[in-house]
Amino acid sequence: MRKKRIKTGFSPGSRPKCPSGIKGFDEITGGGLPKGCPTLVAGSAGSGKTLFSMEFLIRGALDHGEPGVFMSFEENATELAQNVASLGIDLEDLSARKKILIDHVRVERSEIEETGEYDLEGLFVRLSHAIDSIGARRVVLDTVESLFGGFQNEGILRSELKRLFRWLKDKGVTSVITGERGEKTITRHGLEEYVADCVILLDHRVTAQISTRRLRVVKYRGSSHGANEYPFLISERGIFLVPITSMGLDYEVSSERVPSGISRLDAMLGGKGYFRGSSIFVTGTPGTGKTSIASAFAEAACRRREKCIYFAFEESKDQLFRNMRSIGIDLSRWDRTGLLHIHATRPTFSGLEEHLIAMHRLAHEIRPKIIVIDPISNLTEVGDPLEVKSMLGRLIDHYKSNKITTLFTSLLIKGANEDTSREGTSSLMDTWIQLKDIESNGEHNRGLLVLKSRGMSHSNQVREFLLTDKEIRLLNVSLSSGVVLMGSSRAAQAAQEEMDAVRRREEIERRKWLLERKRREKDARIASLEVEFAAVEEDLTSSIRMEERQGKASIETRKELAKLRKADNKTTTR
Amino acid sequence: MYELRLYVAGQTVKSLNAFANLIKICETHLAGKYRIEVIDLLKNPQLAAGDQILAIPTLVRKLPKPIKKIIGDMSNTLRVLVGLDIRPGG
Repeated sequence: MRKKRIKTGFSPGSRPKCPSGIKGFDEITGGGLPKGCPTLVAGSAGSGKTLFSMEFLIRGALDHGEPGVFMSFEENATELAQNVASLGIDLEDLSARKKILIDHVRVERSEIEETGEYDLEGLFVRLSHAIDSIGARRVVLDTVESLFGGFQNEGILRSELKRLFRWLKDKGVTSVITGERGEKTITRHGLEEYVADCVILLDHRVTAQISTRRLRVVKYRGSSHGANEYPFLISERGIFLVPITSMGLDYEVSSERVPSGISRLDAMLGGKGYFRGSSIFVTGTPGTGKTSIASAFAEAACRRREKCIYFAFEESKDQLFRNMRSIGIDLSRWDRTGLLHIHATRPTFSGLEEHLIAMHRLAHEIRPKIIVIDPISNLTEVGDPLEVKSMLGRLIDHYKSNKITTLFTSLLIKGANEDTSREGTSSLMDTWIQLKDIESNGEHNRGLLVLKSRGMSHSNQVREFLLTDKEIRLLNVSLSSGVVLMGSSRAAQAAQEEMDAVRRREEIERRKWLLERKRREKDARIASLEVEFAAVEEDLTSSIRMEERQGKASIETRKELAKLRKADNKTTTR
Repeated sequence: MYELRLYVAGQTVKSLNAFANLIKICETHLAGKYRIEVIDLLKNPQLAAGDQILAIPTLVRKLPKPIKKIIGDMSNTLRVLVGLDIRPGG
């Protein structure tokens, strides 16, 4: 008899929904609670049942024009008003405007003597009257199980409750019935047997002294729904549920680029920087400049007048400002203009899920273009690596689908978690920048390497990463016989090279000069030889001429002599 | 003087039985010292909240103080007497 369940006439998927107005919940259930049907919300004390149901009513009254009746079996109207006042809702005003009617049902067994047959028609009359008086479309019964403490005859109670849920359905109101979590059953008194359409479980657990709230849709007849446990947060703006899971790989991607704030790094990333909407992972051991890279990125975003949220899990806001000022990055300026939102908390301040929700909520409210999470590794303090990875996956998917470029920094402990990081979170990241701490010759130097960057050709070179009081600089490293040199050894190497160059220049000069000298020497020799030659030539020519002249003269002389001797011409001319 | 208020919802068997049983008990133990007011919640539903009525029928002892409540059709006379704080024969 008790096993019999209420059948619904809706075919799967076509079921009309009633928007709950609870952020995130309507997304995981494809629209909200089953319209015109009762929903059971079960959970242990303090799991947020009352708030969940109250928010359902308030949202209905304020946003969907559906007045609601809150029948409370525990808290009275004043207590409820106080509770929701913390959410900024004026319940008394809503009651006065006939948007919400609160009926406090007090059940105390000690006052009541049972003398025979009875039913709970009085409850029906009250509820019916309340519904009719404000034209309610939504009803909450919180916590109807209190009746079990007020009446001895459980048989009557059970059949009456069953009748009540049936009656609510016939009335066509969308109702939420809350119930205490049972040990073996979903609710202590097995209400889930009567409310068969939709069952929601709220959970509140404490792991490592940190509490996390979770919601799970146990059952939703005739509707598909997210089956996971979804973390939720009770914030000053009501319940906030994180609807996403790491399943969405269907977001649009952008080929737009976002500068990193460091021009040389942009050059390493195919000349233009990161992709818009991508996830960037900056890892490094302590003191390698992760925060500096992150801040440069954030500052560059603000300069472009893009909103940016900076989640700082290590430093306070002022500390971050001071530290970044020392390398020439003035973040406080952007904080004042409202472009930069710095959200500094200790990771241990709340559970992992709460951080996740806070990150969602802020992104939802501020709608930034850039988000920096510095560092993500600190969150492992409050959750195990698997949880952190799943959280990151959800976060990244969420940000990507909103085209938010996200930069995560992660602290590596040398030798300890370098591999974990590689296997774990890095696969979720599009760009991975590794900062290295290179120790040699008694000094630490920072090196930067773009380990991967999906969808772009990127530099495979290690650059020396220098933090000066004005800027972040990336320098080429020196290679000397296959060894990378950085810091002072790079400087020493550079000096050595400089010296070598000078020496070489001098040698060239010297040789050039030698050559010149030789040339001059040669020219001089040529000149002197010419002079010598000229002298000899002249000498010889003049002597040749003299000889010729003498030869001519002797013939003339002989003719003269012959004439004088009157010699026989015949003899002389013969 | 006992001031009693009986809440019913329409003329149901349980309500009629309760009324009959109540009269009988009162005549036996409180003859001349009681007054019964019957409230039909189907006619006056707004009255249910005032006395925190859930079960039907409910009998509320308004006087003498303190207020006492008994539920059911009052077929168990002894329990009715206990509930109204009346000593049998007294």
